Amino acid sequence: MITRRNMLLGGAAVSLSGCTLLDGLTGGSPLRAFLQQAEGLTMAAQRALLGDRLAPEFTEADIRQGQRPNGSTNVTSDDYVGLQQSGFAGYALQVTGLVETPLSIPYAQLTALPARTQITRHDCVEGWSCIAKWTGVPLSMILDQAKPLMTARYAVFHCFDAIEHTLSGDVLYYESIDMVDARHPQTILAWGMNDQPLPVANGAPIRLRVERQLGYKMAKYVKSIELVDSFAGLGSGRGSYWADRGYEWYAGI
Amino acid sequence: MPTGPLIYRQKLTTRVTHWVWAVCLFFLLFSGLQIFNAHPVLHIGKEAGFDYDNAVAAFQVPGALTMPSGQSLATGRVIHFFFAWVLVGTLLVWAVASLINGHVKALIPSGADLRGLPQDVANHVRLQFHHVRQYNVLQKLAYASVLFIALPLMIATGLTMSPAFDAVAPWLLDLFGGRQTARTIHFATMLGLVGFFGIHMAMVLAAGPINELRSIVTGWYRTDAEAHDDHAA
Repeated sequence: MITRRNMLLGGAAVSLSGCTLLDGLTGGSPLRAFLQQAEGLTMAAQRALLGDRLAPEFTEADIRQGQRPNGSTNVTSDDYVGLQQSGFAGYALQVTGLVETPLSIPYAQLTALPARTQITRHDCVEGWSCIAKWTGVPLSMILDQAKPLMTARYAVFHCFDAIEHTLSGDVLYYESIDMVDARHPQTILAWGMNDQPLPVANGAPIRLRVERQLGYKMAKYVKSIELVDSFAGLGSGRGSYWADRGYEWYAGI
Repeated sequence: MPTGPLIYRQKLTTRVTHWVWAVCLFFLLFSGLQIFNAHPVLHIGKEAGFDYDNAVAAFQVPGALTMPSGQSLATGRVIHFFFAWVLVGTLLVWAVASLINGHVKALIPSGADLRGLPQDVANHVRLQFHHVRQYNVLQKLAYASVLFIALPLMIATGLTMSPAFDAVAPWLLDLFGGRQTARTIHFATMLGLVGFFGIHMAMVLAAGPINELRSIVTGWYRTDAEAHDDHAA
């Protein structure tokens, strides 16, 4: 919540300049809620057009640089550092919530599963793009093992990293996608990047790839996956760390 | 000042869509500059070069020109996409109405119009305007460029920046030469629209702002005394 207060103070400090007409839109104003309904229209329109279509894939020649790390680029919590020191040998992905079979998949087992490799463009909400090769387990394969209950509507990704450190503790990153995106063939739990194990800066041991959405949907440092039927009880109830902070939950642009 | 009769020049759909676009473009411009500031570099290519240079421009837009004025990418996006939808919806309404009522033809220069282009340019340079029912050829070219080229280009390059829409229409990436090039074209077209706005305002002032404003608000336009026999559109 420190961030929001800073944003409001920042807005007040510059309210003498020209474009202050909508400066009051920050936070939970009713006008903002009205304007944000456009997100629902965007999602409905895109879903109607998208089907199972794949995001464009690129060639080796298009990989001209390393993948630019963004958001958290390191995690210093004790549990993570311990795993990192063992080369993530002690890591096991937890799959919990509304599933028939809760899973705990050790790192070695996860990386031995049949993998999909795709060269895709990562689009950050800030506006830049970066092309890299991602290798990982299709999420649909993990879901097939866990057997989500009929009531499961979203897959929530709980992460090791915290962008925000407050007096009451770290605010851990989390994201969620619905079952349409979760079952998409390009939605993978990536453990490899550009033919190397996923670097810490890019979200080791595994990060999510949701290729038809923006970068912030693709949670890094994934600790566990929880199947839920609503966002109640998660953060501010909007389904993701950044959605709680005013960004779209559906980040297709 | 024209002293001829008042004629009903602008249909209701023309007037309403004109003002909705004006409001949309106002908010789209300043919220767009807010979004631009989150990565204030323009590139040519599929991606943004970090380990190599494919930048064509890099500068920060001052807060006085962004909406909101403080840095808030999330709020800028909420504003931008709301008005983008309103703009697209209004353009669709306008396109259907204009095809039905023949307004599209009023924007497309005829052969005679184009032959009169040098004369019309000379008239504009001397700030001599004929107040008649039809648009002059420079008006037609300017309005047609905005409605048939600039705004569709804005929408298409905007959609090219959407990772979801790229899955629907990957050919857009080839058409514009990659997502980052599309972003640069989006920005350049914005500059073109701002340029149009400046000239549009100057011409309204030079041609008689009261008469011009009345016609785009009420539809009624006072024509030149000698022009009332001008053939009706």
